[in-house]
Amino acid sequence: MKLKGWKELTPGAVILEAGNSAEFKTGSWRAYRPIWIKENCIQCLFCWLYCPDMAIIVKDGKREEFNYDYCKGCGICALECPGKKGNKAIKMEEEGN
Amino acid sequence: MSKVVAVTGNEAVANALRQINPDVCAAYPITPQTDLMQRFASFVSDGLVDTEMILVESEHSAMSACVGAAAGGGRAVTATSGPGLALMWEILFVASGMRLPILMPVVNRSLSAPLNIHGDHSDAMGARDSGWIQLWSENAQEAYDNTVQALLIAEHMDIRLPIMVCMDGFIISHSIERVEYLDDDVVKNFVGSYKPLNPLLDIKHPKSIGPLILPDLYLEYKRMQHEAMSKVKDVVLQTAESFQKISGRKYGLFETYRLDDAEIAIVILNSAAGTTKDVIDIYRNKGIKVGLLKPRLFRPFPYEEVGEALKHLKAICVLDRADSFGAFGPLYTEIVSSIYLTKSQPIVINKIYGLGGRDYMPEHAKIVIEELIDIINTGKVRLYKDYLGVRE
Repeated sequence: MKLKGWKELTPGAVILEAGNSAEFKTGSWRAYRPIWIKENCIQCLFCWLYCPDMAIIVKDGKREEFNYDYCKGCGICALECPGKKGNKAIKMEEEGN
Repeated sequence: MSKVVAVTGNEAVANALRQINPDVCAAYPITPQTDLMQRFASFVSDGLVDTEMILVESEHSAMSACVGAAAGGGRAVTATSGPGLALMWEILFVASGMRLPILMPVVNRSLSAPLNIHGDHSDAMGARDSGWIQLWSENAQEAYDNTVQALLIAEHMDIRLPIMVCMDGFIISHSIERVEYLDDDVVKNFVGSYKPLNPLLDIKHPKSIGPLILPDLYLEYKRMQHEAMSKVKDVVLQTAESFQKISGRKYGLFETYRLDDAEIAIVILNSAAGTTKDVIDIYRNKGIKVGLLKPRLFRPFPYEEVGEALKHLKAICVLDRADSFGAFGPLYTEIVSSIYLTKSQPIVINKIYGLGGRDYMPEHAKIVIEELIDIINTGKVRLYKDYLGVRE
C-alpha cells in the first residue's frame, strides 16, 4: 500500500470511513496461535464472546475456523473455553514451531 | 453605534464572549482570569447567552471539555492564566493536533515557584510551541478587538486551529480603561454562525477522532499543521481589514511606533509597549531617532515582515517579560531570526524585565534607550542578555 503524503490527509487525523478497522490486519502481531479442536467444541460461543477482536467466525449460530488475519494470539479464548468433559477445544501453540 | 465604556480588561473580554455567544464554555477559576469567567458565568445565569457552561474540576478538564465540545461540532471557549495554562499543556496539543478552533483568552501570569499571581508572559511563552495561534494585546481595547477577531482567524477553513488572546494579568485585566464596544448585532454578524468541520454529532456520517498515528504517518500530520499555521498570517490581515470596516480601528501583524526613520528601537509585547511609546516621545523631542515594534501575532511568527521593519536599524533591544534560564528570552530569539533573514546586521540585545508583575516604569525604558545610544556611539555591547531593574 502506498502511504499518503501530507497534502492528502484529513485535517486533525479524523477517520471518515466508519468501520475501517477491518482493513487493519493485526494477525502479524501474534506470537501464539490458537488451534480449534472441533471434536471438543460444544458451540457455547464463549470464544466469540470473549474475543477482543473479530477472530472467531460464526455462521448460522456456530463457530467455524479462526480468522487469523485479526487474531493477535492473546489466548483469552483458550482460557475461557470450557471444552468437553475437561478437554479444551482451543489450545495455544507457539508460532513458527 | 459603538458604545464607549470604562471597563477592566477582563470585563471587556467577557463582554466580547457574550457578544460571540459560544455554544460551550468550560472553565476553572484562576487568578487573574477568575473575574473574566465569573462575569461570563453571570451572562449565562442571566440568560444573556445560549452557552452551555461546564464547571470543571481543573484546567486540564476545562480544555478536555472544550476539545470534546469542539469535536462534537460546537463553538467552544475557555480562559485561563499562568499555572492554569500550564495544567492544560497536554490538552493544548490535542486541541491543535485535532485542528479544533477553540478560543481562549489568556490573562498572562507568572509561574510558580516562588508562588506569584502577577502578570508576566511565562505562561503563554511556555505554550508557544503548542500549535495554537497567539494574538497579544497592549490594552483592554486590543484584548476586546482581538477576541472579536480571533474566531474568524481560527475557524477559517484553511486554518482550523485553536487561538489564544493574551493580555497582561492585573495591569490590563484589572485596570479600568476607556473601551469602545461594538454593537451586539455588529459582532454577531462579524463572527457569523459556526461551521463545524467533520463534527462527531453529524451522526449520518459516523467517524473516528483522535486515532493512534504511528511513525509512518505522524510526521505528515505535523507537516500539515505547519502548513495551516503558515496560512494564518494572510487570514489575520484579511480579518483585520474587515474589522477595520466595522470598528475604524486598524490592526496588523505587529504595530510600529516612530520606527520608519529610527536608528535604535525597542521591541516589546503587551502593556509595557504603552509606557515605552511615552518615553520614545520624550527622546524624539530631544532629536534621538528611536522607535518601537510591538508584535501582535506571535504564533505563527511573521519573520519576513518583522525583519523588513527592523533591518534598517543600528541597534535594537528586545525586552522579554519571560525568561529562558541559561538562554535568551523567547521574543529575542524570534527577532534575531527575523533580522538574520534580511542579511542586515544591527546589534540586538536582550533585557528580561517585569517578571512576577514587577512594574515597568518610564525610567526602565530610559535605561534601555540610553544603553542603545551608547552602543551606537561606541560600537560596544556590555552584555547581550541582562536583567532590567533587578537589585544587586
